[in-house]
Amino acid sequence: MEAQFEAVIAADARVEPRDWMPEAYRATLVRQIAQHAHSEIIGMQPEGNWLTRAPSLRRKAILLAKAQDEAGHGLYLYAAAETLGVDRAELTEKLIDGRQKYSSIFNYPTLTFADVGVIGWLVDGAAICNQVPLCRCSYGPYARAMVRICKEESFHQRQGYELLMTLMAGTDAQRAMVQDAVDRWWWPSLMMFGPPDGASPNSERSMAWRIKRHSNDELRRRFVDMTVPQAEHLGVTLPDPDLAWNEERGGWDFGEPDWSELQQVIKGDGPCNAQRIERRRAAHEDGAWVREAASAYAAKQPAREGSAG
Amino acid sequence: MSGERASWPLYEVFVRPRRGLNHVHVGSLHAADDKMALLAARDLYTRRNEGVSLWVVRSDAITASSPDEQDPFFAPSGDKVYRHPTFYPIPEDVPHI
Repeated sequence: MEAQFEAVIAADARVEPRDWMPEAYRATLVRQIAQHAHSEIIGMQPEGNWLTRAPSLRRKAILLAKAQDEAGHGLYLYAAAETLGVDRAELTEKLIDGRQKYSSIFNYPTLTFADVGVIGWLVDGAAICNQVPLCRCSYGPYARAMVRICKEESFHQRQGYELLMTLMAGTDAQRAMVQDAVDRWWWPSLMMFGPPDGASPNSERSMAWRIKRHSNDELRRRFVDMTVPQAEHLGVTLPDPDLAWNEERGGWDFGEPDWSELQQVIKGDGPCNAQRIERRRAAHEDGAWVREAASAYAAKQPAREGSAG
Repeated sequence: MSGERASWPLYEVFVRPRRGLNHVHVGSLHAADDKMALLAARDLYTRRNEGVSLWVVRSDAITASSPDEQDPFFAPSGDKVYRHPTFYPIPEDVPHI
């Protein structure tokens, strides 16, 4: 059975739910997919913060559609995780109890409406860099969920960039607001790719299993190369004095993110960790009566149909 | 909280992208009953006009072949090459065949 699994991986074919797979492969996928799903769900909060205060009906409708997409992405991913034999309700409990993590980026606050644009441009841009290779992940259900997600992420990034272009065409105060948001989100966005390759112990095995296709540093470089010209076009300055074109490599050199900050946020000491989890817990608990009512209604239906017939 | 665990059955969702095509499996979701499954499937899998028709079916109602017996189960068709048109050599100058 193991030989068959290895053969599927070697042939770059897909592993499907009921195939035999090594326990560590299954555990790695559950951890990664659950973390990814939790990130989508928690990711609704920073932007949700601006839903009632978006400056126009157009912006409000766009932001609402985006938050609905994030919820949808979370559900595609929970569905993929369930094919590995875990229960969705259990994953939610683990998130609320702090036993499973979500992307550290969502522990930063959204202080102004420009943050909504910068999240779309940088955070969703970084997510796209991370996620496009996952469409070819060796585990079929995860790869298929990622295909759907990537199709929708493009809207997220473009609406963010368009929002920022609109602000940049506005007043000096609006341009300053965009620059301030870029200054705060740039480094956390680079950290979204995870620790540097030398400090990412599980990467090698994930790459051997073709869950991951590129290293953290490789994806980070790709993101910087994509983003620099976009920043120039927008007219903002990326807050990195070491940013310089490397003729030899044909790419941009950039400074080192503050990895101690990443560790701190992952450990739970980011600006918004407690608030995000508390909000998720409250939403889950406040929704209990809806779940109970739906269950009670469903349980009553066969009896009612029986008595009518 | 543990009381509600797994109390909502799992449904598989199939979407017909447009008239003339088959329904295709797109994923799964949990719902309390069939009607709720259909509404949730609409919200989850057709936010961008991905379909003109939806099927939802409880996962436990599906009977599937086992991956463990993949080879023996499908073996009967494996050695019947004569079921394929390419099995029959026809001279190239014979038209329309």
